[in-house]
This record gives sequence, C-alpha cells and structure tokens, in this order.
Amino acid sequence: MLPWGQQLLDMCAALLLLLSFAMLSQRRIVTLVNLYAVQGAVLTAATLLLAWRTGERHLYLSAALTIVLKVTFLPWLLRRLLRRLDIYRDSEPRLNVTGTMLVGLLIVVFAFALAQPITRLASTSTRSAIGIAISVVLLAFLMMITRRKAVAQVVGFLSMENGVFFGAMSASYGMPMVVELGVALDVLIAVLVLGVFFFQIREQFDSLDLHHLESLKEHD
Amino acid sequence: MDLLLLLLLPLLGAAFLAGAGASRRAPEINALFSFGTFAAACALIVHVIRHGDLLLGEQQFFIDPFNVFLVGLTAFVGLTTALFSRPYMRVELAHGRLTPGRLRLYHSMYQLFMFTMLLALTTNNMGLLWVAMEGATLSTVLLVTLYRTPGSLEAGWKYFILCGVGIAQALFGTILLYVAAEKVLGAQGVTALLWTHLDAVKGRLEPKVLALAFVFMLVGYGTKVGLVPLHSWLPDAHAEGPTPISAVLSGLLLNVALYAVVRSKVLVEGSLHSRLPSWLLMGFGLASVVVAALLLWRQRDIKRLFAYSSIEHMGLATFAFGMGGPIANFAALLHMTVHSLTKSSIFFSAGHATQKAGTQVMEHIRGLITLSPTVGWGLMLGSLAIVGVPPFGVFTSEFLILTTAMRVQPWATPILLAALAVAFSAIFSKVQPMVFGESSGRRLPHQPALLPVFVHLAIVLVLGLYIPPYLAHWYRAAAQLIGGR
Amino acid sequence: MTLGDWITQGLEVLMAVAAAPVLLGWVNQCRAWLQNRRAPSLWLPYRNLHKLFHKEAVLAENASPLFRLAPYVVFGAMVLAAGIIPSMGTRLPLVVSADAIALVGLFVTARVFLALAAMDVGTAFGTLGARREMMVGFLAEPALLMVIFVASMISASTALPAITEHLLSGRVGLSPSLAFSAVAFVLVLLAENGRIPVDNPATHLELTMIHEATLLEYSARHLALMEWAAALKLFNYVCIGFALFLPWGVAEGHIGPLGLLVAIPALAVKLATAGAGLALIETVSAKLRVLRIPEFLASAFLFAVLALLVQVLLGT
Repeated sequence: MLPWGQQLLDMCAALLLLLSFAMLSQRRIVTLVNLYAVQGAVLTAATLLLAWRTGERHLYLSAALTIVLKVTFLPWLLRRLLRRLDIYRDSEPRLNVTGTMLVGLLIVVFAFALAQPITRLASTSTRSAIGIAISVVLLAFLMMITRRKAVAQVVGFLSMENGVFFGAMSASYGMPMVVELGVALDVLIAVLVLGVFFFQIREQFDSLDLHHLESLKEHD
Repeated sequence: MDLLLLLLLPLLGAAFLAGAGASRRAPEINALFSFGTFAAACALIVHVIRHGDLLLGEQQFFIDPFNVFLVGLTAFVGLTTALFSRPYMRVELAHGRLTPGRLRLYHSMYQLFMFTMLLALTTNNMGLLWVAMEGATLSTVLLVTLYRTPGSLEAGWKYFILCGVGIAQALFGTILLYVAAEKVLGAQGVTALLWTHLDAVKGRLEPKVLALAFVFMLVGYGTKVGLVPLHSWLPDAHAEGPTPISAVLSGLLLNVALYAVVRSKVLVEGSLHSRLPSWLLMGFGLASVVVAALLLWRQRDIKRLFAYSSIEHMGLATFAFGMGGPIANFAALLHMTVHSLTKSSIFFSAGHATQKAGTQVMEHIRGLITLSPTVGWGLMLGSLAIVGVPPFGVFTSEFLILTTAMRVQPWATPILLAALAVAFSAIFSKVQPMVFGESSGRRLPHQPALLPVFVHLAIVLVLGLYIPPYLAHWYRAAAQLIGGR
Repeated sequence: MTLGDWITQGLEVLMAVAAAPVLLGWVNQCRAWLQNRRAPSLWLPYRNLHKLFHKEAVLAENASPLFRLAPYVVFGAMVLAAGIIPSMGTRLPLVVSADAIALVGLFVTARVFLALAAMDVGTAFGTLGARREMMVGFLAEPALLMVIFVASMISASTALPAITEHLLSGRVGLSPSLAFSAVAFVLVLLAENGRIPVDNPATHLELTMIHEATLLEYSARHLALMEWAAALKLFNYVCIGFALFLPWGVAEGHIGPLGLLVAIPALAVKLATAGAGLALIETVSAKLRVLRIPEFLASAFLFAVLALLVQVLLGT
C-alpha cells in the first residue's frame, strides 16, 4: 500500500479531474466561479501535502500564493463582476452536455498517451499525476471552445492555468520561484484587464454574450 | 548598467505617464522616454561590440549577437513610432475618437509594452521569457480596444483569448523543458531554466520530452507570431487598434515571438538529433506564406491588407529558420530586420492616409499623391519595398531565402515564388489606385510626422545595397548561434 | 468445498430472501421519520406479501403463458443473484460458476422478463412502463459494468468474493478511483431500484411512474413474487455495494458458527446504515423529469469511466 500522504495526493489529483468535468457540465456561471475556487482549494491542499512530504520550502510559498490569489481574491473579484454585470446563467452551450462529456473522456485518454514519455522521465513521487494535469489543461481548453459567455471563457482560461500549475508541481515540484511569482502576477493582471474589458463590452453591447463579437470575418 | 537603464527607463516611463499621460506634453514625454531607451540600447550595443557577450544579474540576463541586434531594432522602432504617434494621436483626439483619459492609458501602456519586449529579449531565463511575453499580450489588449468600438472590442477579445490560450500552451512547454533540464542540471532549480545552461547541456536532454515541449512552445509562441492556422487574431488586432500599435505589433511583437520560437528550437534541435523542429517550422512557415498571400486579394481594409502581409513575411522568416544553415539563418535575421522597418513605415503612412481619407476602406482612399505627396510616396515606396522590389533590403533577404531553398528544399521554391508573386500583384494592385487616381480627403489639424517613414525606408534601402561589416559580422555570429555552431 | 461452505451458502441465500422485505420496511420507516410522518411498521412488507399470497389470482383474458411465468423467473433470478454476492462469507461454492459479469446478466434476464410481461397484455401503461424500464436499464448497465471493471482492475479478478478478499487484505488504501466508482454505484442503485430521483416507489401517478407501471396487470401471488423480487433486488444491490466498497465484517475463508456471530451483526449494522442513507437521499432530492433521467445516468457512467481512467492514470 502507498504511504497515506501519497494516497491523499492521488485523491487531490482525482478531485481536480472531477472538478474539471463538473465545470464542463455546469451551466450556472456563479457555480462555475465557485467550482474554480474549490479547484484552487484542492490545489492548495495538494501543494501543502507535497511541501510537507518533500520538505521543499518554496512550495509553502506557492501554496500561500494560491490560496490568496486563486481561492480568495480572483473568485471574489469574479463574483463581484457577475453581481455588477447581472449575469446568472450561460446561454445554451455550443455542444450539448452529454456530447461535451464524451469528448472530454476522449481527451483524458489522449492526455494519458501524451503524458507517457514525461512520466517516464520525471523522478518525482507525484509523476503519475502528470496525465491528470494535462487532462485538466485540455478540458479547460474544451470548455473555452464550447462556451458562449465571456465570463465562462475566462473561468476556463484560469482553470487552464491551474492545470499548468499542477503539472509543474507534479512533474518537478514546482517552477523556480521567480517564474512562479511572474506567472501569478500575470494571472492577476489578466483578470484585472478582463474586468475592465467586461465593462467595455457591456457598455457597448448591453450584454456579455459573445455572439455580438462575431462580426469580424473575412469578406468575400 | 546599460541594461539596467534599458529596462528601467520604459518601466519608469510607464509609471510616470500613468500619472501625467493626459497632459498636453505627454506625447513629447513619451518620445523622450523612448529616446532614452534607444540611447541605452545603443550604449549596450557599443558595450557588446567592445567586450563580447554579457551575462548579468546573477546570470538572469544574457546578451549575445542574436538578441542584441533585436534590442537595437526594438528600441529604434519604439522611438520612431513614438515620434510618429505624437501628431497622429493628437489628430485622433481632435477628431473625437479618443478622450484625454484614454490617451493616458495609451502612453502608459506603450511604455509598459516596450518594457516587456525588452525584458523578453534580454532575459536568460526561459520562464521569465514566458512571463514577459504574456505581459506583452496584456499590455496591448487594452491598446487594441482603445477606441471602444464594437469592432475593436471584438478584436481585443479575440486577441486576448487566442494569445492567452496559446501562451498557456507555451507555459506548459516551458515546464516540460524544466522537467527535462532538472534531470540533467540537478535539482538546484534556479539554473535549470537558464538558456545558457540549457544550451551547454542540450545534447543530454531527454529527446522525447523536448520534442513534446517544442510542440507546445511552437503552438504557444507561434500564435503570437501569427502563424497559420493560429493567425486569426492578428488581422483584427491590427485593423481595429490605433495605427502606432499596429506598427509596433507588426514590427516588434511578431519579431520577439519569433525570437522565442527560435531560442527554443536551438535547444530542441540540439537534443533531438532529428529534423522534426525544422520540418515543423518549415511547414508552419510555408502554410503562412501561402494562405496569407491568397487572403491578401480579399482585403478591403488597408490595415488588414498589411496585417496579412505581416503574416506572410513572418511565415517566410519562419521557413528560413526551419531550413537552417548559416545562409538561411542569416537571411531570416535580415528579413526580420527589414520587414520590421518597412512594415512599421508602411503603417505610419497608412495611418496618415486613413486620417486624411477618414476611412480605412481602400476603395474610398484615392489620390494620396495629389493630397499629400509625402504620404503618397511614403506608402508607394513602402509597398514597393515590402513586395520585394530591388534594391530594397527585403529583396536581398528574400533572394537569399529563395536561393537557399532552391539548394536545400527545391520542392518549396515554386510554391514560395508563386506565393510571392500573388502577394506582389495583390498589394500592388490595391496600393496603386490609392496613391494615384482622383483625390478625396481633407486637411488635418496637425502636420504628419513623416520623418520616421523615410528614415526607415532609407535604412531598408541601404541594407539592400550594402550591409555594414559589423552588422554582417553580427548576423553571421547570430546565425551561427542559431545553427548550434 | 466443505459442508460448512455449503451451509454458509444456503444461509446466505435464506438470509437474503428473508431479510429483503425488512430492509424495504426499514427504508420506508426511515423515510417516514425524516418526513415527520408516523412510520409504518417494520413488518408491513411481510403482511402485504402474506395478504397477497392468500388472494385469488386474476389474469387478463389475453395473457400468454409468459405472463404467468415471468414472476417466477424474475424471483428465481434474484435468488440466484443473492447466492453469488458475498454478504457474510467469501467462501461461496456457487461463485465458481458465476462471476460479477454473470451477476449483471442475471439482473438483465430479470429485467427482460419484466418488460416482456408488462407488454404482454397490451395495455398502454404496461408498454410505457416497459419502455422506460428498458431505457433506464440500457443506460444503467454500462455504468454498473464499469464500476465492476474498476474493482476488478484493482483486485485483478471479476469474482466478487475475490474482490472482497483483496479489499479486506489491506493492500488497497484510500483510492480515488474506488471513491468515484462508489458514487457511480450509488447513482446506479437509485436508478435500478426505482428510488426517488428516478422513480417514486410510493406513487401511482401515471405520467411519471416506471416500475409500478410494469406491475399494473398483476395480482395476488404473482404480484407478491414480483414485489418480493423487487425487495430482493434492492437487498442484492446494497450487498454488492458492501462487497465492492465496504467489506468490513465479512468472514474470510472458512466460517464457523463463531464467524457468523460476527458477520451477521456486522451485516445488520451496515444494512441499517445503508437503508437510513438511502432514505435520506430520497428525502432530500426531488424526482427528476423522465427526460432528465438519461442525464442522471450519464453522470453515473461518467463517474464510473472517470474512476477507470484515474485508475489507469495513477496506477502507473
């Protein structure tokens, strides 16, 4: 039997995958933001567990960063945006839920194949979770493709970043601190820029539905 | 010291203009900061010429022939664009398309954008390179949407989402690179992403993981280069944003993104011992050249036209890097330089032309030569230069690329030639009636700044006739570096 | 195989047949408490069965022999199924001839006969019930199979007692794939036994009923057998759940009288807890529209497949 810290880490990885599917199927945008916060929390838990097991100091720091930024601040900001912009539900997605789920399952299989060479190379105890990290990235990508509402796409974008972060953690116990700080800064700025952006879009169109943003096409 | 100045000046400029960017003198302050940056870049170049490669700031910064010439180019085009934007943005203000508040945003973000570009170029850390590239996207998103029109918002959204997703792939690629490097360089962590260290051990990196990393990075940074099929943000962002931003996007951002791709290619090729990266670059490059050339015919908007032309030329440079070898790399570097200078000068003249005609639709822009001979000639000469008419520098680089292709990849030569011919006829047939023909237009409240246009074209012309020996030496050194010695 | 094993086997089947109505009664009692109603007696299902067995059977004029045969087949399948589920001990002689996949086959046989009998008389409700029953089965069985596959992958066997023994051996820790497949299994259990989010066992409201609609034409001993079979099915499902996810208390190897003394109370406690949990789920959730049922079962399937994928992903 694996040591129980490892078991808990595996559990976190599996929960991340489950959360990705939950996000994929969720139609209410507020719930989507909440799910993103939960994903951040699971990520924090995984980071802390890993930090404790490996004794890597900088992981504590990145766990703190995650909890401040991805569990508290960004969801708060997004919820505030939703309230101020009066958005509740996404319009019907481009592909129905069951179809999306099936594509999602195929994606996980693909991600598994993709992860094989990396898993063989990595020497971390968490390397088996790399496949799950890739799945989370690709599932977030799928979510961005299938959603119409701008906020849902943004949550997809953020969840993709979470997947990348988890990948870095499971493949090499995180990136160098400079890079991690830079990435966190970029994500923060991205969300702030998007906040400004949403208001601009709504001011112009009175809605955040992206079908307004489909007029720039090639002319024949 | 020079480096510190080079990076600090635009950062300070961004902070200062965030406060004072709405004042009457803000365009001059903007230009002043850009000039300071350019001076610092010159000092850095002189330093590198005298003392060779530099490794600074606990090895976090690295200057070699490849990036120092791009630093110089970036700072130079940054300066001339700032000069151009001075009267241009005043006219936009007078036409009521902008408010002073947005002008402040514009100036501050312009400096921030310069900072991220220079950081991306000078850093030795592949992770920081990523951070800087993402920063460049973020600082320009709000510039693309500066006019707040439906079109510009859509362009900005597309730009953000596509490049955001792309850049996330690049981050994943960077992580894979780190995983592979950590194995060889040991787990001290800090040095495992430094390009110089990676370059030293590239032969021992795990090939399969590196191949995967390269695919992710190529998709990620390739989105920003505007390679087909990841290009769809590029024409929109160029057409809907303010013209100075189109000029720096085309002239600088694409170059820097291509720089990132080439940096990763050097590492991967050293590890892989196969031609996979080369074939990928050639494939993407050729697709971009062909698709962009065909799409050029369908354009009605003058800025979209030249945006597609940028895709085409970036594709050409990518193809050349893909072929590899000293001559092709040399040609690609030269092409990056001359394209950057020519394209930004074209956007300068096109900007003035659209302001005079009050529209970006080419059918309604007529008779520029009677309205303002300098704008007309600027556009005409620029177009001639970009389609590769001798004796401009673009001709030299395209000639080099084509002759190399004939030798190394003969199958691609007819395709490239056909695409270039299509692009030539498309651009020429659209520009000619705009410059000559019946005049339409109005007088502008501020005199256009056409000095940058002709300075750029003059440099391109000179480069076509004669490449100064130290520049040639540099290109050769850089080409050798990219070829992996 | 010793005589003791055969005795255990017999005891298990008898125990299942006898205790199934009590489990149903217990679930109903818990539901009543949770809904602040006065609870019916725990023995009410027995009284019902007794009453039905003493009534005269009435058959429709056009009923075929199949209609009369079906209750016996359904009940027999359930009894056989009870024989291969290790609810108290893992040494079951019958298991040699049938593994978990055969178990799913037994459930399918019962379902097919139920549906055929419902359509036999030719009333509208019977056909409607049969159609819905088959739809639920069509979606639930793959999910159930997936759940079993996950457990089989972990323990490298498709026989339920072997899976139980593997879990009991302590080599499996906190496994995310087992957790996921447990969730999937609960969803399948609710759907297969006509519990609340899918079907409401306490109502005869025509438009929403599934299971009840298939039984409308039955009376007396036939109806009694059918209802007993339904109770037995619930009992079997709960016991499969125990075998796959909560095997504690099941006796390993040879089981003596002493072993039974541990196994029977353990089973009783687990059944009581599971029944209360089932009642709780039924109380807090609302009946789904029939059109939503595929989505409900698709999520069960999704959970099961995710469990499988996680097992493959993390298992390497």
